[in-house]
Amino acid sequence: MDTFFDVLRRQGISRRSFVKFCSLTATSLGLGAGFSARMAHAMETKPRIPVLWLHGLECTCCSESFIRSAHPLAKDVVLSMLSLDYDDTLMAAAGFQAEAILDQTMKEYKGKYIVAVEGNPPLGEDGNYCMVGGRPFVDRLKEVCEDAMAVISWGACASWGCVQAAKPNPTKATPVHEVIRNKPIIKVPGCPPIAEVMTGVVSYILTFDRLPELDRMGRPKMFYSQRIHDKCYRRPHFDAGQFVEAWDDENARKGHCLYKMGCRGPTTYNACSTVRWNGGVSFPIQSGHGCIGCSEPDFWDNGPFYQRLSNIHPFMVEGTADSVGAKVAGGVGVAIAAHAAMSAVRQAQRAAPGSSSSSSKGDSK
Amino acid sequence: MANPSTTLPGVPDATGTEPHREGGGSVYVYQIPIRLWHWATVAAISTLALTGYFIGSPLPSVGGEASDSFLFGYIRSAHFIAGYVLAIGLVARTWWALVGNVHARQIYTVPVRDPKFLDELWWQVRWYSFLASEPRKHVGHNPLARLTMFFLFLQTALFLSVTGLALYSEGEGIESWQYKAFGWVFSLFGSSQRVHTLHHVGMWVMLLFVMTHVYAAIREDIMGRASILSTMISGWRNFRDTRE
Ligand code: HEM
Ligand code: HEM
Ligand code: SF4
Repeated sequence: MDTFFDVLRRQGISRRSFVKFCSLTATSLGLGAGFSARMAHAMETKPRIPVLWLHGLECTCCSESFIRSAHPLAKDVVLSMLSLDYDDTLMAAAGFQAEAILDQTMKEYKGKYIVAVEGNPPLGEDGNYCMVGGRPFVDRLKEVCEDAMAVISWGACASWGCVQAAKPNPTKATPVHEVIRNKPIIKVPGCPPIAEVMTGVVSYILTFDRLPELDRMGRPKMFYSQRIHDKCYRRPHFDAGQFVEAWDDENARKGHCLYKMGCRGPTTYNACSTVRWNGGVSFPIQSGHGCIGCSEPDFWDNGPFYQRLSNIHPFMVEGTADSVGAKVAGGVGVAIAAHAAMSAVRQAQRAAPGSSSSSSKGDSK
Repeated sequence: MANPSTTLPGVPDATGTEPHREGGGSVYVYQIPIRLWHWATVAAISTLALTGYFIGSPLPSVGGEASDSFLFGYIRSAHFIAGYVLAIGLVARTWWALVGNVHARQIYTVPVRDPKFLDELWWQVRWYSFLASEPRKHVGHNPLARLTMFFLFLQTALFLSVTGLALYSEGEGIESWQYKAFGWVFSLFGSSQRVHTLHHVGMWVMLLFVMTHVYAAIREDIMGRASILSTMISGWRNFRDTRE
């Protein structure tokens, strides 16, 4: 069977360009110098692993990101290595023909293919909120994953649920790991994930025949083990206490920390502050906009995005922990003051001569 | 100080295990470790609430070069140091509950099935509702105080320590012992931002305890039948009358 390299050669990719891709990917994976050779070797000798790319409830931003990977080869990774045996958005085939390919790959490579899921299945109304090929997506997802080697959850949708699962989640959109429980699942969250992170993860799996090391949330450690904030270049301003206070103030021009403008960098695990976007050109904070935490679970429900403290909704009111807490504490304060006033009256009565308090019924045990 | 060995038979204290000593007499209730812990915790929580508030809503921006200032860094450091005082203090306090005197164990349990406790609890509620003209005598905490100390203080302090150490572990990195020990907090509550929010809500719950606690301590010291404030300083409970 074809190796990756064979496929790439057929696409007219030079060996030089191929080796460059291997070293770039090895570096972004945090692997040492020797690994790029290992990666090249693996890609040259191993039969390629078929990838079935399914789309559920989603916006296709993951695919859009993926095909914009910095290295020109990445698009070939998509179009040749993966392009997949099946990807309803990118493949040429359509209709019955497409579905036939899916069935064929599942049969031929039983237990050996990878399922990459973009989007998630809504479970409400028996899954009828998302139909693919005339059937609920959830059924098809379960079917295809049954004989898979592993599953990749692309993006915030597949990993956590994203906007369609935000409260009140009318369609009961559900992340993949809550539907598929018997397969190794690797989450690559983000809305969308960074292109280099996506190709890096795929290349790692293809090269080493195993999933990269995952953290406790099931994300690859090499890209998600640190927060944006841990490597943010504005961090010295954070520690100094220098914050942007309004979008158009002097501090914004000076590039101070965006914490007070609601930056979610301190609570977001992703590689944006190191790998950056669009071929390493920039990332939100570098462009003067706080992080919105798009790779975090429930980030839509932890808003507003431009406010440091998330809103909470106890007793049907909305506010931050501080505004709600201050109201409750104020109420308790008033109650204490009233109680103190009554106590003072009581104390004065007791002290008054002829007081009967010590012989009243309260005295009897 | 009156003779501590003066006892009147037949009146068990709130824990139901020791004879009541009174007659204007005194009982040694809070041992030195308890008192030290109490005031260390007061200092820690005051620091934590103040710095915690400013972590959530920072002071106005500092001018000049970033290298000339470390204001937010110091505020956070103070929070973390006080946080460790609180957390380690809790562990030490729990150890003392095991080895200290009977009063050291009070805030760790609520004897909900003990009819005597319930009876005294009801009496205390009536006392605070101005329905009883006099409180009963308690060597240790009164039952209502014990309830709030167990539910409002102990649980909240535990919650804040656990979520606080979890948040701290994020700065230390996922290979740190703090993350290994407390990383589960993020799986439990979903996300780091959620844990921040809940930690912040915890502060307000703790403040509610402090408000009611300080008010009740001062009120009972004035209106009750025994010393309260001085007891947390000297350790001795001085009763003011000889009646039951
Ligand atoms: C009475 C106890 C405590 C109170 C009232 C308190 C209060 C707070 C508050 C209000 C915040 C800001 C939360 C936010 O909106 O982001 C905070 C953050 C934090 N607290 Fe505490 N806290 C307490 C105990 C602790 C403990 C025991 C630790 C453990 C070391 C701790 C560690 C932290 C950390 C690491 C942060 C996040 C700081 C940051 O993101 O820069 N806290 N605390
Ligand atoms: C952060 C604030 C505070 C916290 C968290 C706190 C917590 C506690 C706790 C847990 C106990 C039970 C001690 C035990 O049995 O181990 C206690 C007892 C006591 N606290 Fe506080 N406390 C605070 C502030 C204060 C202040 C400001 C005062 C003084 C006005 C005070 C006066 C007392 C007294 C007198 C007792 C003993 C009550 C008794 O004799 O039954 N506390 N406190
Ligand atoms: S801009 Fe955001 S990520 Fe960067 S230091 Fe400030 S809070 Fe942290």
